[in-house]
Amino acid sequence: MAHFEKATSLHDWLNQRLAIDTLRRVLATEYWIPKNINFLWAMGMVLAITFGMLLISGIFLLMYYQPNVDLAFDSVNYTIMKEVEFGWLWRHVHGVAASVVFLIIYIHMFTGIYYGSYKKGRELIWISGMLLFVTFSAEAFSGYMLPWGQMSYWAGMVITNLFSLGDLHLNGLVEWIRGDYVPGQAFLNRFFMLHVLLLPLVIIALIGLHFGTLRIPHVNNQEGEEIDFDEEAAKYKAGKKKEAKVIAFANDFLAKDMFVVSIFLIFFFYLVFYHYEFAMDPVNFDPADPLKTPEHIYPEWYFLWSYEILRPFSTNVGLIAFGFAQVIFFLLPFLDRSPNAKPAHKRGLFFYWFWALVIDMIVLTAMGKLPPEGIFSTIGLYAALTFIGLWIILPIITKMEKEVKE
Amino acid sequence: MGKAFGAVASVGAVATLYAMKKTWDPLPSVKAAGFTTLDMSAYEDNKLVTEKWRGKPIFVLKQSPEMVEYAKKKDELKRLIKVGNDYFMIVVGLCTHLGCIPGYRPERKDFLCACHGGQYDSTAEVTKAPPPRGLDIPPFKVDGMKVVLGEEGPEYKKMLQDGITLPV
Ligand code: HEM
Ligand code: FES
Repeated sequence: MAHFEKATSLHDWLNQRLAIDTLRRVLATEYWIPKNINFLWAMGMVLAITFGMLLISGIFLLMYYQPNVDLAFDSVNYTIMKEVEFGWLWRHVHGVAASVVFLIIYIHMFTGIYYGSYKKGRELIWISGMLLFVTFSAEAFSGYMLPWGQMSYWAGMVITNLFSLGDLHLNGLVEWIRGDYVPGQAFLNRFFMLHVLLLPLVIIALIGLHFGTLRIPHVNNQEGEEIDFDEEAAKYKAGKKKEAKVIAFANDFLAKDMFVVSIFLIFFFYLVFYHYEFAMDPVNFDPADPLKTPEHIYPEWYFLWSYEILRPFSTNVGLIAFGFAQVIFFLLPFLDRSPNAKPAHKRGLFFYWFWALVIDMIVLTAMGKLPPEGIFSTIGLYAALTFIGLWIILPIITKMEKEVKE
Repeated sequence: MGKAFGAVASVGAVATLYAMKKTWDPLPSVKAAGFTTLDMSAYEDNKLVTEKWRGKPIFVLKQSPEMVEYAKKKDELKRLIKVGNDYFMIVVGLCTHLGCIPGYRPERKDFLCACHGGQYDSTAEVTKAPPPRGLDIPPFKVDGMKVVLGEEGPEYKKMLQDGITLPV
């Protein structure tokens, strides 16, 4: 039995049992953040807060949602929206958050790419982030099934069919995933399980991992400068706060983070109250009908770019291109062969590569929403080929890059 | 000790994974959900009727003489099912690309899949990618003027052998 003193206060009582002072020091007051960063570094916190809102609104939706093919549609569109007091609020918060979270994820990712924050010890931050992206995608897809509208049903049909892997013709695998020949009760139930339990658990674990991978390398900064965190922290603790290149995470940095979060929340609740319709596809207000496909089916905006990479090709080539698009971002730290962990504008060709990728993905997104006809098909095809081409030339142009001296 | 634990743990892990896999399998009641019988005397020329088999839409299209001519010319008669003196197209109405339901356009006698723009002709053979092949033909058995879906008759087995359709 370890030795315990009689506690002098509640704080002391807890401290003896949980070492809360040490915990606080390690996690907050002595976790160092460089000064030379901008508001883009607050996106991680915005994401954490948005996930919290998804969790809370989801819990309230769960109180009346019915995972049954005959009841699901009405439980959402009638019970939650019309009968339950403030049911609409949870649904709109949930829907808007699910959409906006992807906007922030993309900003967060492209910030990382621009500043080279996936290099020199930060590879695992990038990889755990990509795992979060994939799991969030699965979470959003499984959630989209739940209202059991026309888009739910047909998106479920098309996406699960991807697993037959074209000419491999793995119908057995598709039926296994669905638990039926077509999406039905078994399908709705298991996606409900994934959406409300398994995937949120995985997301929470991955957020923990993501934070863990940040601990040793610390966050990057606007110049990609290599900071000696021990030395700078010593200055800060010695009271030379002006001179030190870092500040403490809490409460100093957190206050700034929360400022950005507040602005975000104003924008977010503006959308929730006045512009929620962008997050609710009108086609999904028709109940699922297995004998009628909607005129055009397209995924939510955040999946459009990868959908457009699938679409212009024949089945097999399309699947390979789509598979490529799904994994290629994971490999970024290894495809970028340059020694510089610097912002893109200091890296020559890479700067143009970055903006070409951003523009190409915006074009893919726009084409993915338009019907696959005529000129749109052609633009989509070229944009898809450009996407693949950009990733192929990345190792070459980064290999040619000269080392940037401080 | 470590090895013994490892052995026990891996047996346990394999058994658990097996149980999990089986739990995700379609239920026997779903698998057994059966057979659909169609009365072929009830259909009209060039009028698409959608039936249902195992939850999937089944397209039945009775061919007009003109359509039979077309099929002969394209060597696609082999995709049609002969009942009495008539020819029928009977296919699973799910696009072989990713499973949307193509729409029939009676005036053009073809199918258009709105999802990714695939097209099929009046025997449901593919005429425009991305779909990799014509619509699949469900297992069937001709029984007088009736056709039973879900049973494999000699005509169906021959189609499979000749590679005219894939098993669904
Ligand atoms: C533990 C957390 C969560 C719970 C308990 C939860 C619960 C639910 C429930 C019960 C529904 C059905 C009601 C409805 O359609 O409005 C739903 C829908 C949905 N969820 Fe979640 N959810 C969670 C997290 C997430 C996350 C992280 C995302 C995506 C990033 C997400 C995306 C969606 C989407 C897109 C819908 C369909 C919304 C609609 O059509 O209105 N959910 N969720
Ligand atoms: S599902 Fe028909 S063309 Fe893709």
